[in-house]
Amino acid sequence: MEESIRQYIELYEHHRDALCSHSIPAMNALREQAAGHLRHARLPRLGSENYEITSLSELLGKDYGVNINRLPMDVNPAESFRCGVPRLSTSLFLTINDRFALTPISTNGLPAGVTVCSLNSQGAVPSEIIGRYYGGLASLDNPIAALNTLLAQDGILIHVARGTKVDKTIQLVNILQSAVPLMAVRRVLIVLEENAEVNILACDHTQNNTVDMMNLQVVEIYAGAGSRLEYYEMEESSVRSVRLSALYAEQSADSHVTINGITLYNGVTRNEYYCRFTGKGAELSLCGMGIEDGERRLDTYSHVEHTVGYCHTDELFKYVLDDSSRGAFTGLVRVDEGAVKTEAYQSNRNIVGSGEARMYSKPQLEIYNDDVKCSHGTAIGRLDEMQLFYMRSRGLAEEEAKLLLKQAFLSDVIEKVRLSHLRERLTYLVERRFAGGEDACLSCKGQESCGEVDMNIEY
Amino acid sequence: MLKVNNLRAEINGKEILKGINLEVRPGEVHAIMGPNGSGKSTLSMVLAGNPSYDVTGGSVEFYGKDLLAMSPEVRSHEGLFLGFQYPVEIPGVSMVNFMRAAVNAKRKYFGMEPMSASEFLKMMREKRSVVELDNKLASRSVNEGFSGGEKKRNEIFQMAVLEPRLSILDETDSGLDIDALRIVAEGVNKLKSADNATIVITHYQRLLDYIKPDIVHILYKGRIVKTAGPELALELEERGYDWIKEEVERKDAEQRR
Ligand SMILES: Nc1ncnc2c1ncn2[C@@H]1O[C@H](COP(=O)(O)OP(=O)(O)OP(=O)(O)O)[C@@H](O)[C@H]1O
Ligand SMILES: [Mg+2]
Repeated sequence: MEESIRQYIELYEHHRDALCSHSIPAMNALREQAAGHLRHARLPRLGSENYEITSLSELLGKDYGVNINRLPMDVNPAESFRCGVPRLSTSLFLTINDRFALTPISTNGLPAGVTVCSLNSQGAVPSEIIGRYYGGLASLDNPIAALNTLLAQDGILIHVARGTKVDKTIQLVNILQSAVPLMAVRRVLIVLEENAEVNILACDHTQNNTVDMMNLQVVEIYAGAGSRLEYYEMEESSVRSVRLSALYAEQSADSHVTINGITLYNGVTRNEYYCRFTGKGAELSLCGMGIEDGERRLDTYSHVEHTVGYCHTDELFKYVLDDSSRGAFTGLVRVDEGAVKTEAYQSNRNIVGSGEARMYSKPQLEIYNDDVKCSHGTAIGRLDEMQLFYMRSRGLAEEEAKLLLKQAFLSDVIEKVRLSHLRERLTYLVERRFAGGEDACLSCKGQESCGEVDMNIEY
Repeated sequence: MLKVNNLRAEINGKEILKGINLEVRPGEVHAIMGPNGSGKSTLSMVLAGNPSYDVTGGSVEFYGKDLLAMSPEVRSHEGLFLGFQYPVEIPGVSMVNFMRAAVNAKRKYFGMEPMSASEFLKMMREKRSVVELDNKLASRSVNEGFSGGEKKRNEIFQMAVLEPRLSILDETDSGLDIDALRIVAEGVNKLKSADNATIVITHYQRLLDYIKPDIVHILYKGRIVKTAGPELALELEERGYDWIKEEVERKDAEQRR
């Protein structure tokens, strides 16, 4: 067994009972299997295929604590949850490390037919849904998914019943806060039944930049026939945090799913997206952007599989890299023999600014039939000299001109955000990110109307 | 205001400007003409401070200061404006934001507070009317999808906003229809005063019918080979450049002997 895996297997073996006592049977049922996969796993290292800049072996080799006994964390959410997307009226839910928590405005304005709860809820609806869907998509061959399945004790279920349209955005704020190195093992399950519609915004916040923190996350999304989901993830963590996330989505016929991963501040991040279609006429918009500087790392892996025909994928990832940061994009779109009339477009564009920054880009199309429209492209470039000079000739300082150009570069990913409040807010956050450079929460100084929400929370 | 003395410049190791001498005083309008590729745009780029060009010799004084030592943005603050022959498209940056940044950068340079939003919008409205620029263009990305003529109008609009002391207009007339030419020329004339000056780079007399130059220069192979009054432009219109080229060749030959 690999050394870096051993500590987790031992942890599991020693604390199996405690671990299982806090969780529902559906979660416990998969642990043994996950352990089996991990015992034989060989963790990807730097330079392993599709791992240009991330070494799971090294990242998981560190000694993080796991909150096996579900001790409540000494966290003051009002202190921790500052920035987020204020002024956006949402139904707000928290996970503090990997513990689910309600806020006073959690269920405000949510229609019947929507369930947002802890994975450990005892209700009839959650149990039935979780039992049916939990672990159905996440492949245990993926070490991130296997380790998450082995250790996850809590997380969030979002279930939207058939035909239910949710106007209000559901916001999940994930706060990582701990005095000692900690691995938060979070699980998210999103199930949209037929013709359901919902918008979800998940924000990661880490305020602490002195303690190592790992966010090990698995998201499973089922989009039923004719359903519509917009799922936004925004990371505003710190340089000491590691985020390993694997998202799995399965779309039934005529469903529309938008997934947009936004990395404003991070440490080391690997975001994996596995998407597939089970019915005709489904559309996926998979996009993301990252702003990297200092020593930050952002690694995106995407795997979209067209097994049935008449589906549409639009994929766009954009990075801006400076200093000694590293970025990677590996994207595979696979179109099977039977998947006729597939449309799939994949694009990765990057600006590598001054310094030692590096970008690795590997877009791939694998097409096994002729009756398709597909394209892919990649570009790694610098800021345009003539644009810069034009702006400077009008009096803009060089730095300001660069900043505007970088912002402009990311604007088409921001344009893809359909929630207008979020789009405006994001425009502002990106602007501040380029202008400030510091970690978001640390530089916020509390003027962001963060205190709007009364933070009495319930576990 | 501007004294160019034996200016030499190159790009990618190729010498383009081979000793330019030029003096411009407040209130004057200069026209620079010359065959394609003679270095007119290069001169305007070098004066505006495009870092892609290397100055290899000579000096430029602007109101007594060393222009060549200034960054492009400081040149702009100090009152130099270049209307580009090929205005640059900047997708994703709106005209409004661009102009606000430009105006406030200049104010900051002079120790002034940023302009208030209402003040700024009022000014934009006023300046837009100088060149009859469509409001819709002002809300779009800088030059993106603008027609050739719209881009040129937009240059004059920016000039109106920035109120420069010296404007260099590089072929602002090319690509304009007759009405647009009149509007642009009138715009330039409206902004003219006894304190500022204009250098128009053009191939055509028709612009000079509207914007009357005091002095006309001919730039050829990186040098100003002839300077005269407005009648020179008329003569060029009639006779073309061949006689100038012959004159230059003859003089060069004499010198060599
Ligand atoms: N990047 C470059 N590398 C090499 N040579 C260049 C470069 N840019 C311009 N040149 C050359 O410099 C010379 C002068 O060009 P410039 O654009 O200044 O001419 P111009 O007088 O403005 O011509 P036009 O009337 O066509 O606008 C030309 O021979 C041109 O080919
Ligand atoms: Mg030219």
